[in-house]
Amino acid sequence: MAEEPEKVVRMDTQKKIRVEDLRLAYGGIEVIHNISFDVFRNEILAIIGPAQSGKTSLLRCINRTIDFVKDASVSGKILVDNEDIIRTKDVFGLRRRIGMVAPLPVGLPLTIYENVAFAPRCSGMKKKSQLDEIVERCLRQAALWDEVKDRLNNLGTSLSGGQQQRLTIARALSHQPEVLCLDEFSIAIDPVTTMRIEDVLKELKREITIILVTNLTHQARRLSDRAMFLWKGDIVEIDRSEVIFSDKPARQETYDYVNGIIG
Amino acid sequence: MIQQQSNSSSRFTRTSFTSRKEWYETAAKWAFLIMAMSLVIPLLMIVGYLIFKASPSLSWSFLVDVPIRGMREGGIWPAFIGTLYLVIISLLISTPVGVLAAVYLNEYAKDNFFNRIINMAVINLAGVPSIVHALFGLGAFVYAAGFGYSIISASLTLAIMTLPVIIASTREALASVPMSFREACWNVGATRWQAIKAVVLPNSISGILTGIILQVSRAAGETAPIMFTGAVFFKAVEKGDLFPYQLTDQCMALSMHLYTVATQVPDVKESIPFATAVVLLGSVLLVNASAIALRVWLRNRKKW
Repeated sequence: MAEEPEKVVRMDTQKKIRVEDLRLAYGGIEVIHNISFDVFRNEILAIIGPAQSGKTSLLRCINRTIDFVKDASVSGKILVDNEDIIRTKDVFGLRRRIGMVAPLPVGLPLTIYENVAFAPRCSGMKKKSQLDEIVERCLRQAALWDEVKDRLNNLGTSLSGGQQQRLTIARALSHQPEVLCLDEFSIAIDPVTTMRIEDVLKELKREITIILVTNLTHQARRLSDRAMFLWKGDIVEIDRSEVIFSDKPARQETYDYVNGIIG
Repeated sequence: MIQQQSNSSSRFTRTSFTSRKEWYETAAKWAFLIMAMSLVIPLLMIVGYLIFKASPSLSWSFLVDVPIRGMREGGIWPAFIGTLYLVIISLLISTPVGVLAAVYLNEYAKDNFFNRIINMAVINLAGVPSIVHALFGLGAFVYAAGFGYSIISASLTLAIMTLPVIIASTREALASVPMSFREACWNVGATRWQAIKAVVLPNSISGILTGIILQVSRAAGETAPIMFTGAVFFKAVEKGDLFPYQLTDQCMALSMHLYTVATQVPDVKESIPFATAVVLLGSVLLVNASAIALRVWLRNRKKW
């Protein structure tokens, strides 16, 4: 695709991420068909849609972990702060800018402390005092600090599922991302903890941009500023959450999906 | 059938079907048990027979003495230490090459033509008979590389023989580390190497080490590759000398020694070949047992 300078100039500074004509195919089978949308600064964008609709693949494109999938081919543009990340050279730097939380908790087989200090260490931070500070800040933000502050040297894998998920969130925050992508973060944790993390997300929204993939329509309704309904690799509708979750979204399919009539 | 069942007093009543089922269950269990036992019996018989036949010669001095009277009496020290040399040097060569190659193939390699060729080479190398390895070693190391008949030629040949198996077992150990761990590392901006160093290697090291140690027994037991490249009939060394050989020397080896005293030397004391076999088998079993112990110890430290 040729560069079109006018487009870049027109881009609103309020737009954090701009996806243009994104296509993704796995071994010749296209799973995302030519989608374009924007993510605004300091908003929570919820992506809803049934399984196999390309939600996780989309997130993988945004932080370029799609590179690790065999036979995946991406075309189009994803601009983060006007920089095309599909063609960026510095993928490791990019992944530090885009935090990612996977659906199932992954406590790395390291200590709790090292789980959170891993990302700063990977980017070359060595000072103990700085690391201590990051570990405490991130664990506090992920609502886990009080439960683990006395046993930071225990293994991350010894925590319960819900705690490990919060540890995963703490790890995703440890490299101070500008965008945080959460892929169904709440499927492994209980409702009370989910609410606590949701509060954390509302707090984080002031500083960073959040993309939330979720199957829980209620969660999307509670949290998001805008919502996008993705269906088999196409955007059915993207709009403010009040509209998407109202009685009259623009498309009948959206209403049906949100209200559990299809899907 | 349904009618019959409702007529009977309870669904738990024995019928011809249930008793037949029980009979099959018992028969199957015993059949499998007998097969499992028949694995153990030959081993016990071999070890028992060997020890029984070897008992007149077995002693500490048999291990540390040198052979005398044209190998008809005395001990096996030069052969024992020669095998030790060959095994250690060959593994020192094949371990780094094999482990690093396996890390590349499992962690970095994309599925392309070049890597498929490497994979196929590894698989085929594992299937090459040891005598062919011997001929290759003879041509490549003894003549072409100019090492002559020497410990270094024999060790290199053994290293090439053990390499594919080390690669295969290391790849298996690496593949057993869940993909989600690597992805979690990549998601926070770690490079492949950072992820391998922090998470993959520490959690697969037990499997890797086990695979390597099991190759000790293979390297110690093979006769053909060393016979062509560096092992000799007889080599005079001092009794109990720990460093009797140079790398460029030829050496004796246990497997080769067993072959010669059993077939090539007339009027050997009957117990000597058996005692040699006991030492060979004993050291192999000792190494395997230590591999199992190491694996158990490392697995208890495993972190998930």
